[in-house]
Amino acid sequence: MNVIKTIDELNAVKAAAAEVVATRVEGKDNGVKDVLVCGGTGCTSSGSMKIIEKLQEELKKNGLEGKVNIIKTGCFGLCALGPIMIVYPEGTFYSKMEPDHIPEIVEQHLKNGQPVKKYLYAETVDGDVIKSLNDTAFYAKQHRVALRNCGLISPEHIEEYIARDGYQALYKVLTSMSQDDVINTVLASGLRGRGGAGFPTGKKWQLAKDLVKDADQKYVCCNADEGDPGAFMDRSVLEGDPHAVIEAMAIAGYAIGANQGYIYVRAEYPIAVERLKIAIAQAEEAGLLGDNIFGTNFSFRLGLRLGAGAFVCGEETALMTSIEGNRGEPRPRPPFPAVKGLFGKPTVLNNVETYANICQIILNGAEWFASMGTEKSKGTKVFALGGKIHNTGLVEVPMGTTLRTVIEEIGGGIPNGKKFKAAQTGGPSGGCIPPEHLDIPIDYDNLIAIGSMMGSGGLIVMDEDNCMVDIAKFFLEFTVDESCGKCTPCRIGTKRMYEMLDKITKGKATMEDLDKLEKLCYYIKDNALCGLGQTAPNPVLSTMRYFRDEYIAHVKDKKCPAGVCKDLLQIQIVPEKCKGCSLCSKKCPVGAISGEIKSPFVIDQSKCIKCGVCMSNCKFGAIVKA
Amino acid sequence: MAFKKSAVPFSGTPEQEEKLRKIIAEHKDDPGALMPILQQAQEIYGYLPIEVQTIIAEEMDISLEKVYGVVTFYAQFSINPKGKYKISVCLGTACYVKGSGDIYNKLQEKLGIAGGEITPDGKFSLDACRCIGACGLAPVLTVNEDVYGRLTVDDVDKILEKYN
Repeated sequence: MNVIKTIDELNAVKAAAAEVVATRVEGKDNGVKDVLVCGGTGCTSSGSMKIIEKLQEELKKNGLEGKVNIIKTGCFGLCALGPIMIVYPEGTFYSKMEPDHIPEIVEQHLKNGQPVKKYLYAETVDGDVIKSLNDTAFYAKQHRVALRNCGLISPEHIEEYIARDGYQALYKVLTSMSQDDVINTVLASGLRGRGGAGFPTGKKWQLAKDLVKDADQKYVCCNADEGDPGAFMDRSVLEGDPHAVIEAMAIAGYAIGANQGYIYVRAEYPIAVERLKIAIAQAEEAGLLGDNIFGTNFSFRLGLRLGAGAFVCGEETALMTSIEGNRGEPRPRPPFPAVKGLFGKPTVLNNVETYANICQIILNGAEWFASMGTEKSKGTKVFALGGKIHNTGLVEVPMGTTLRTVIEEIGGGIPNGKKFKAAQTGGPSGGCIPPEHLDIPIDYDNLIAIGSMMGSGGLIVMDEDNCMVDIAKFFLEFTVDESCGKCTPCRIGTKRMYEMLDKITKGKATMEDLDKLEKLCYYIKDNALCGLGQTAPNPVLSTMRYFRDEYIAHVKDKKCPAGVCKDLLQIQIVPEKCKGCSLCSKKCPVGAISGEIKSPFVIDQSKCIKCGVCMSNCKFGAIVKA
Repeated sequence: MAFKKSAVPFSGTPEQEEKLRKIIAEHKDDPGALMPILQQAQEIYGYLPIEVQTIIAEEMDISLEKVYGVVTFYAQFSINPKGKYKISVCLGTACYVKGSGDIYNKLQEKLGIAGGEITPDGKFSLDACRCIGACGLAPVLTVNEDVYGRLTVDDVDKILEKYN
């Protein structure tokens, strides 16, 4: 690609590329079909690259090369149905693709124009009518800003990003806005940090620009160290639309006066890393990164730094220490990064999803962005839906949407007719939200008020089979493992918390232990050095607040109501159902079951190891956990 | 993180060492060079035994203690060799609530090793990992580059058989 120096040159690339993407974006029928195959991590894991290979092979066989384009995109969001393939201009939605399906689809649909109904996502088939994906329950309620290009463009071609108004915001900023104009626009939009804490982004930029007047060097960093297990929105943005982040970082650089940026990305995200490398190289080649961008005196370069698997590096000071090549331990603030950040210089650090909103705010105006959402939380939020829910995947909804809408309507509810028990947001720093709060509009402040937090946007749904004490223990195990060990409250405190929870799940705790545990939680919250430690007690506190009866059942009755905690389980034979066939006693590895043929058998609880072999072998459903 | 030292002796080749020294020479003056150098060193050797850490410390003119400190801080760096087949079970939240803990336990039992260890024949190593981002397929495990999703405990035997 030639170097782009003027708006005319940018618009020329845009016009040419707009033709290429028109089939997908506008549904324009120009005799060519676009076949979009998801190349995100979820679909790649379920084999989407094999789908692409098979497609290429079949297109060749049918002489359709040139009439059908195969485009490898980022995540469509509906990961549960992967691998996903969408055919434009009509927008037909094929789900759970297998290489064997391809010959039929190529022959019938791509060649003869007849979609193969049996392979379509069932919800889109209504008799003879085939709906496009935008009309499905999963997509209809969503509003895509940060994800606007994900699953629509090829992330490995900068032209396609330019076709979607790419780099127009950077041009606008560099040629017609002052640094303060940019900052004031972001301030007025009400955008708050999407990494979890919700600090106003414009304010952050303002501080980095104004606090240190005579800095010889400043930095812009992007936090792509998405460590919250179960959250993958940042990865999807990087995989699906990497230029949106690169352009926004350049804008941030202009706003605060920095000429160097770093993206700190998880090494566990190989596809995202690869796409970022390609995107940075393409932007450099087009002169959209580097010296004198658009012929102005603004220069900006970007470096990529890979994390190495430490959750604490999502904390801003720890992240910067890690980029510097050290153990990623946090340090006390102040000084804040806006004064002393990376390599001791003033630094702005924002999360991927935050950046993904910036260009749209610049182009459409602060009012447009501020018109979405609630009073104090503007715009949209991306959630990674996971756990016990039909439509696991990625959804973007306006702030203020209720959890019920997200879980029941977009997410399609809980599988297997089970009952909803709790939704977990904010990962190891967040909490569990019980059914009575399902109708609360989701925003930063409401979530804090009910004892959870927004976090980066992981939303894990749990049903009646999940034990809340076990979940709290699971998160504490995570924190103990990930605590960097620098401060005592976190290093020792979380370990003690874990031990108390372990005691509870084993039925060895007393009511006194519960009080002790709660006290310790507040002590750690108040005294830990960084966000990791300060929020580590949240999963415990919120489950104790809403599911106290479950804790008490473990302590007083020595029972796990959900039947998860093995030490508290008893496997019993229901005499009325037992036919006395003796199969269970033959299968029992420890000889704990005895009885006489044709009369009910009994389990000797002192011998039983709760392995469950008897349950899975009983043909009459007579053996139950209790 | 497992700190137990492996019994497998170090067997680096001169070619590997030459490659490593070249990478260090190229990058040692970059700001924050240690992490990228360690990452590339691990790519060359598969792990970071003390012999490799010593070379890095000497060439970068920093203390071995500093190198060791960084290596042991991050979960991605391993001071023990990995198996021919690296098994990672995702214990991220989405996988955990769908039962990946049971799958992890079953693998430990089947392979006779704990997490972070390697089978005596060097064939399998087992680790727990935090979210590979394939939450739509939960519960998930990976064997080298292969991803297995929507698993139950009963699938473990079949998967191991494939690599026998």
